[in-house]
Amino acid sequence: MTRPTVDLRPTTQPPFPRPRPLATFFTRPQVIALAAVLFVNWLLFPGFFSVTWQDGRFFGSLIDVLNRGAPVAILAIGMTMVIATKGVDLSVGAVMAISGATAATLVTSGIPAPIAVAAALGTGLLCGLWNGILVTLLEIQPIIATLVLMVAGRGLAQLITEGYIVTFSDPLLIFIGTGSFLGFPMPVIIAATLMIAATLSVRRTALGLLIEAVGVNRSAARFAGLKAGALLLIVYSFAGFCAAVSGLIVAGDIRGADANNAGLWLELDAILAVVIGGTSLMGGRFSIPMAVLGAMIIQAMNTGILISGFSPQFNLVVKSAVIIVILVLQSPLSARLFRRLPGAPK
Amino acid sequence: MTRSLRPLMATALIFLFAYMLAVSQQPAMLSTRVLGNFLTDNAFLGIAAVGMTFVILSGGIDLSVGAVIGFTTVLVAVLIMWLQLHPLIAFAIALIVATAFGAIMGAAIHYLKVPSFIVTLAGMFLARGGASVLSPDSIGIQHDFYATVQKSYILLPGGGRLTVVGIIMLVVFALAILLAHRTRFGSNVYALGGSETSAALMGVPVARTTISIYALSSFLAGLAGVVFSLYTSAGYSLNALGVELDAIAAVVIGGTLLTGGYGFVAGTFIGVMLQGLVQTYIVFDGTLSSWWTKIVVGVLLFMFIVLQRLVFRAGPRRT
Repeated sequence: MTRPTVDLRPTTQPPFPRPRPLATFFTRPQVIALAAVLFVNWLLFPGFFSVTWQDGRFFGSLIDVLNRGAPVAILAIGMTMVIATKGVDLSVGAVMAISGATAATLVTSGIPAPIAVAAALGTGLLCGLWNGILVTLLEIQPIIATLVLMVAGRGLAQLITEGYIVTFSDPLLIFIGTGSFLGFPMPVIIAATLMIAATLSVRRTALGLLIEAVGVNRSAARFAGLKAGALLLIVYSFAGFCAAVSGLIVAGDIRGADANNAGLWLELDAILAVVIGGTSLMGGRFSIPMAVLGAMIIQAMNTGILISGFSPQFNLVVKSAVIIVILVLQSPLSARLFRRLPGAPK
Repeated sequence: MTRSLRPLMATALIFLFAYMLAVSQQPAMLSTRVLGNFLTDNAFLGIAAVGMTFVILSGGIDLSVGAVIGFTTVLVAVLIMWLQLHPLIAFAIALIVATAFGAIMGAAIHYLKVPSFIVTLAGMFLARGGASVLSPDSIGIQHDFYATVQKSYILLPGGGRLTVVGIIMLVVFALAILLAHRTRFGSNVYALGGSETSAALMGVPVARTTISIYALSSFLAGLAGVVFSLYTSAGYSLNALGVELDAIAAVVIGGTLLTGGYGFVAGTFIGVMLQGLVQTYIVFDGTLSSWWTKIVVGVLLFMFIVLQRLVFRAGPRRT
């Protein structure tokens, strides 16, 4: 990547990225990619960057990208941590459905909204904890462990809503999905808060280092005295929590809990966002803000395809093309190719 | 009985037990009609699950099978209805396309050294997207060939019908069992699943085997798509949504180890039948909603994974 080449510090330096100057931020591939996608959008739709202020909040395509991208961005925050531990969480979409169903069902049965929200977040944590227990105590591969909840989760959500789409008119839940704060849509505020909180807690404490240690080599981390199991439980629970937050937003947005479609296939988008963000699926080095940026790239592409008049399904083709490009760029094959070029960075 | 057959036996016993339990609740389920329908209704899932078994045996995973099924149904429908080709020619073209698609994914997995999970995820997006670009709407297929195939069946004693798609599935399973246990390719798949490095050191052609495995999986997914098309007489880009999960579940319930290197194609057959049983029972019961299927399949999946852990954790210490 773009590390300083004259690094004379000892190699035992901890592997987490140091705070970089702002200049290198703009040369990162993700930032360039986002700029390119936004530029194409602007070409397709000249009014793309115009943001207006109306009824006490911002309006515009750019704000819309932030707003629509927020649920995936929130999922990506939790997913980044899981992937950094060399795992993956396939159940987040189903957990979104469960959390939305829980909140909607409780609210419609007359329980105050704050309690319903807390209960929904609690179920998300429990779902994550369940995944964590399967991964740590039963030592099941993460893909498979979380597959169980992915398959059964939507059934559970249906069980909660009794097969109906539960609609509600509770102001707090609707505010979470569609409200605004400081002029920005609530989902954006929530995503930004979560991103900052998560980034600070992994980078300003040893947590990030520990997660990377577990991701690089779990046995070695355990022999070094890390409580790898407890850490994994925390990470999976956090991913469940993020999914629950995302589920609340999606439910609040449509004013109802749709157990079949809430968060459908969003786990794949979240994984894609994390991969675009440069976090390796092999565990280890990770970056939460970059994953959020990845989610924004995906959403900017979605919006671009929508405003250019293509069918939304065309999106899938574009997405797969993006994955292929990233895979080729990240593969050892292209690394070897680049190394042969004179003057290329190692 | 050898120890290695034990999980297969366990799965078979659980299926028999579950079937008896279902029959004790709904006596009408004990008939060849129901059994015949098991085969017909789950034919596409069974065929796709065979491909998935090989992929999982080799230590990989293929998330694209559902999308390939959907794509194939659309492609077949387009070729027959828009280009007026004979269905058999359309099937051949679709199968070639699917196989090539799988081979490319296999090559990407091997040469780019990326996890199969991500490559097949891209494949899934590509196939679903490609299908909806071909035709966003459902295309109904009307052709004499389809009508003939749908009407032909072998009458079983007791009034059950063994349909053409059911027979295709049984033949695929029979051939796959031979392929897995009686050919060099089969041994290579098991070796690859045990350890890729050791397999390469033993002289297993890793590149060729990996590409063949994913080509086989996509070929079978394509065949499943053909069967699905015969079963529903329509091509739709959202057909068979989420079938990859059902297929993985069937493979796991059938006793194949997800880390690769151990399992049986025959087990997958029982896994598919077990899912069919759950579905049929829920239909018979009438009061349970269809979403119970997902919960029960999830619970079964969980049970079998835990069972595998216990069996294999206890295994090496005993010997």
